[in-house]
Amino acid sequence: MIEKILSPVGKYFMMLKGMFSMPENTKMYWKEFMHQCSEIGIGSLGIVAIISFFIGAVSAIQTAYQLTSPLIPLSTISQIVRDTVILEFAPTLVSIVLAGVVGSKIAGELGNMRVSEQIDALEIMGVNTKAYLVLPKILASIVVIPMLIVLAMILGIYGGRVAGSMSGILSNDVFDKGLREGFLPYNVFFSLIKAYTFAFILSSIPAFFGYHVEGGALEIGRASTKAVVVSCITILFADYILSALLL
Amino acid sequence: MIEVKDLRKGFNDKTVLNGVSAVMKAGQCNLIIGSSGSGKTVFMKCLVGLFKPDEGDIAYSGQSFTQMNTEQQKEIRKEIGMLFQGSALFSSMTVEDNVIFPLDMFTDWNRKKKMDRVNEVLNRVNLEGANKKFPAEISGGMMKRVGIARAIVLNPKYLFVDEPNSGLDPQTSGLIDKLIMEITKEFNITTVINTHDMNSVMEIGDNIVYMYQGDKEWEGNNKEIIFSKNQRLNDFIFASEFLKDAKDMRQLEETGKISNERNMADLTHDDAPELVPNQESK
Repeated sequence: MIEKILSPVGKYFMMLKGMFSMPENTKMYWKEFMHQCSEIGIGSLGIVAIISFFIGAVSAIQTAYQLTSPLIPLSTISQIVRDTVILEFAPTLVSIVLAGVVGSKIAGELGNMRVSEQIDALEIMGVNTKAYLVLPKILASIVVIPMLIVLAMILGIYGGRVAGSMSGILSNDVFDKGLREGFLPYNVFFSLIKAYTFAFILSSIPAFFGYHVEGGALEIGRASTKAVVVSCITILFADYILSALLL
Repeated sequence: MIEVKDLRKGFNDKTVLNGVSAVMKAGQCNLIIGSSGSGKTVFMKCLVGLFKPDEGDIAYSGQSFTQMNTEQQKEIRKEIGMLFQGSALFSSMTVEDNVIFPLDMFTDWNRKKKMDRVNEVLNRVNLEGANKKFPAEISGGMMKRVGIARAIVLNPKYLFVDEPNSGLDPQTSGLIDKLIMEITKEFNITTVINTHDMNSVMEIGDNIVYMYQGDKEWEGNNKEIIFSKNQRLNDFIFASEFLKDAKDMRQLEETGKISNERNMADLTHDDAPELVPNQESK
């Protein structure tokens, strides 16, 4: 039982260790890195924008619904929206969505390359496949996903502002005033730490499952599902650990 | 030349290769044949370094591949080309990009020089004009030829071919066999082919290794195989009634019991009463 759990963990760290070697051709690695930045970043932009905007909007309306006391100023709504979006919704929820979108894509792509012997073909050419196929995906995720999360923060808060004014809960001026009250820049820093950690998790775990697929098309599907599930659980676990340590 | 000495490989408790020794000669098509599960795929994967042997030695032109570190093995691998059973082309790349990939990765040639080389190898495998097509847009035979083009683009010393005829019609199989044989002779490559295809065995088998349950059971060439007395090899090669008849006919021809014309009178000779199927209907 212990071996069953520890063996994949060991293999995962061996994969990470194997990624670091002298590139055969720096230009080709750079090209692959840029390609992955575009695939992961541009490819996920739409879904991240839609989700974060609506999350901000919904959180504004639901917060207003719960704050019924006339003693609490309306600007508190925008403070709550700001902090929940920055601290939790943007980094964690967006990362969980990206674990589905980007994670399944990485696992599927590598799994397909493994099953169709493309990885073997690269190995026989003398290419370090862990370095050429896995590392650019992880690095691209680490570069691009925090950017997406910053964008999600902005769009989430903007969604709350739009929803607040459209539903007549609070005016834009009151919302903006609330945004500036009690703002802690550390929250953004903490959120970015989470973003980098989650970006690593949601790219490296699916890469591990995809890279080690054995079998055929059915196993690729299973690996993708497993990759998304394990990534989501690990993200939530890491979220708890980081919150407990850093807040 | 590749020399294999006492190669052993197992997975968990199961022994797959049980001390196989063989010599793969330069400028020849070296065929590894055997029934499914005989260990020929594991043998080939050990040769190219995809599997690490448990024991034994593999030497490429006298240099021990098994004793080398990863970096040294990488250098040898640059001299290896391999055609996979499913061609293993990069599906997101065009034919041209697939073939140019090893050049991009391992040479610092300018674009023009690379393109000249790509066009040269594509012409060599009769694929002129297919540069911009994607693997999904070409036939199985063309995919094999792109795979060959990619495998030879860096002028390899060693060419490994896994099941070159699988999924191909007999005519295309023949063309692929011919192409592999021509390239082998033309560039003096040590070619190792893993196959089930008996046509390939007869056509291009300069050196044939027959494997049975992880052991090398027989070694010879396509002239010798037909007269082999090895019962296991005969059971494998002449599994079909048609080939069995063909062998009988050839042996009778060799012993002068039937003439080269193989007319009906010869075939109905007293010594060969069973040779012609459906004789009565004729």
